[in-house]
Amino acid sequence: MAETEKMIFPAQLHQTADGGIVVSKLDEMINWARSNSLWPLVFGTSCCAIEMMSAADAKYDWSRFGFEVARATPRQADLIIVAGTIVMKMAPVLKRLYDQMPDPKYVIAMGACTISGGPFFYNTYSVVKGVDHVIPVDVYIPGCPPRPEALLHAMITLQEKIKHETYFGKSKKEEGK
Amino acid sequence: MTNEEIKQSVSALFPAVTYDETGEFLNLLISSGDLRPLIEALRKNAEYDFDFLFCLTCIDWKTHLTMVYHLLSKKHKHAIVIKAKIADTINPEIETVSDLWKTAIFHEREVYDLFGVKFLNHPDLRRLLLDESWEGYPLRKNYVDENMITI
Amino acid sequence: MSLLGAPELTEEGEFVINIGPQHPSTHGVLHLKVWLDGETIKKVQPHLGYIHRSIEKMSESLSYRNFIYVTSRMDYLSAHINNQACALAVEKGLQIEAPPRAQMIRILMAELTRLSSHQLWWGCTGLDLGAVTPFFYAFREREAIMEIMEESCGARLTQNYCVPGGVMYDVHPNFQNRVKDVIKQIKSKFKEYEEILSGNVIFEQRTKGVGYISAADAVSYGCTGPTARGSGVSCDVRKWFPYDGYEKVQFKEILEHGGDCYARYMVRMAEMKQSAYIIEQLIDNIPEGDFQAKTKMVLKLPKGEFYQRVETARGELGVYIVSDGAASPYRIKYRSPNFSNLSALEHMAKGAKIGDLVAIMATIDLVIPDVDR
Repeated sequence: MAETEKMIFPAQLHQTADGGIVVSKLDEMINWARSNSLWPLVFGTSCCAIEMMSAADAKYDWSRFGFEVARATPRQADLIIVAGTIVMKMAPVLKRLYDQMPDPKYVIAMGACTISGGPFFYNTYSVVKGVDHVIPVDVYIPGCPPRPEALLHAMITLQEKIKHETYFGKSKKEEGK
Repeated sequence: MTNEEIKQSVSALFPAVTYDETGEFLNLLISSGDLRPLIEALRKNAEYDFDFLFCLTCIDWKTHLTMVYHLLSKKHKHAIVIKAKIADTINPEIETVSDLWKTAIFHEREVYDLFGVKFLNHPDLRRLLLDESWEGYPLRKNYVDENMITI
Repeated sequence: MSLLGAPELTEEGEFVINIGPQHPSTHGVLHLKVWLDGETIKKVQPHLGYIHRSIEKMSESLSYRNFIYVTSRMDYLSAHINNQACALAVEKGLQIEAPPRAQMIRILMAELTRLSSHQLWWGCTGLDLGAVTPFFYAFREREAIMEIMEESCGARLTQNYCVPGGVMYDVHPNFQNRVKDVIKQIKSKFKEYEEILSGNVIFEQRTKGVGYISAADAVSYGCTGPTARGSGVSCDVRKWFPYDGYEKVQFKEILEHGGDCYARYMVRMAEMKQSAYIIEQLIDNIPEGDFQAKTKMVLKLPKGEFYQRVETARGELGVYIVSDGAASPYRIKYRSPNFSNLSALEHMAKGAKIGDLVAIMATIDLVIPDVDR
């Protein structure tokens, strides 16, 4: 008789005499593992980096969602949170860092400067007006700077987005989610 | 020394200097070719002893450029401003002061980067804030950039 | 890009490597090209401009009320003090003075900002040198101060509270009680800070004798703030050129004469205590009255030049406004403290090891957007 319990990871537990059998979909298991252990890269150019550090400290604590280890090298990171303005001199550096990250990799654009240039949109000669001119972005967070709770909301949104990916084939979104 | 005393002793040594006392500091106005002897005297003479250069910048007045040096003496606690007028706006040049105050090394590189003023005898004159391949001098009033979105 | 190429070997056998722009210990996007002989540093060349946002050019097209908001983003850890400098420069041009209540509120907020900036510096210094605990302890106190800022000013980091003529709104009715509670809490933690880092034998060995700069060199390089006060140079703008009522406040200018990283560290630790002392003196004596002087809607400064200097957490910030009578400034120059402090880095790091370079950068307390503006 199949007994389903609400489990921490997306699977069904069928009790047998000596333990049980766990039945699940491969996509769901992979997505669960990937979304709950995203390691961000230490990358902050300006003021949003301070709010990112506040999200890492003990009051807002992003490590309870799995973002425990912030890696200094892009080769070991899954997620790059672009916190701060990107200028034309920095754009090739950002592209190189993004290329050095192994797949699957995700990008969060934090703050108004990375969405569209922010307060530095008019009359500046050196600011890239939006980081999506350089690398593809998954989640955008408005704010100048956004609160640490906003960054946590964006990270949870990214986790939701990852949970809709498929390992074999294209990513599809479920209705109503 | 008070402003009056500085005026009198500088006039005795450098008669070409004119003065402007409308602002907060005593301004010494001089042309760019005569800057070097004046500024060396202000740095090295013990009665002036201006050992702290706290602001070095350039202003583009469209017909000419003005280099502005703000000096302070830690010992005597007096402050003045030197303004050197560069008449040539196409190829502006002026002597460096980086051997007198080491802070001028970076400040003059920044002025070269943003205004295009060449500093003669500077130890390492190249662009500081912009990319090496950047063309043009952005803080000049006649700078044109198609990528800039202006209101 | 040719600057960020692979490591090279020069003819003398020195190895040239890049540190940064993306690096956890450069406190921002600073690119250092380092010439190494083994692990000893022969030459350090900073490459700047990776966060050059053309703030000076932008300010030439903004009005005198608007340009203040962009300066919060320069040295964002003392954002309020940057705003105060700009507001004071415009007030100098208009020849008005903020009412006493506004002045007192501005300097109270400035001291709170200085305290929170030094706490973040302390946490990051520990983190750079390998101690992870100070980072969490420092942010605990800093969050308490940011909550006070949020209640009165509306924002945690980039407050934009100062306007020419005073402050934007009056402080929250809870302000005095909350500040008193927070200062009591912070004062009880100073002993904890000293136990964790200052007396730690590893920390002392990594910072004593490292990164020496003499007083004469510090003045020649234009160093100000705790970087210069660690070498015995007296340069506190609050004492030399007081503004906004600082002449009536009792506090000491902290000077140390060691000239090395440890001396700069001790200067900042003592300055935190002085800030707490200033806040305690002033918090019960805020005068009643207006919080903003009456000004016109559109501000126009008369023709001329105005220079205002303030003491941020890192040194002397100068705002130099050149006006030709229009509603926007003709030229603004920000004399930033970090630009000059950074130029002394090569002098301090010659002959040191790479680990010492990290300690030197931590104790100069750089904020790179202030260098590049």
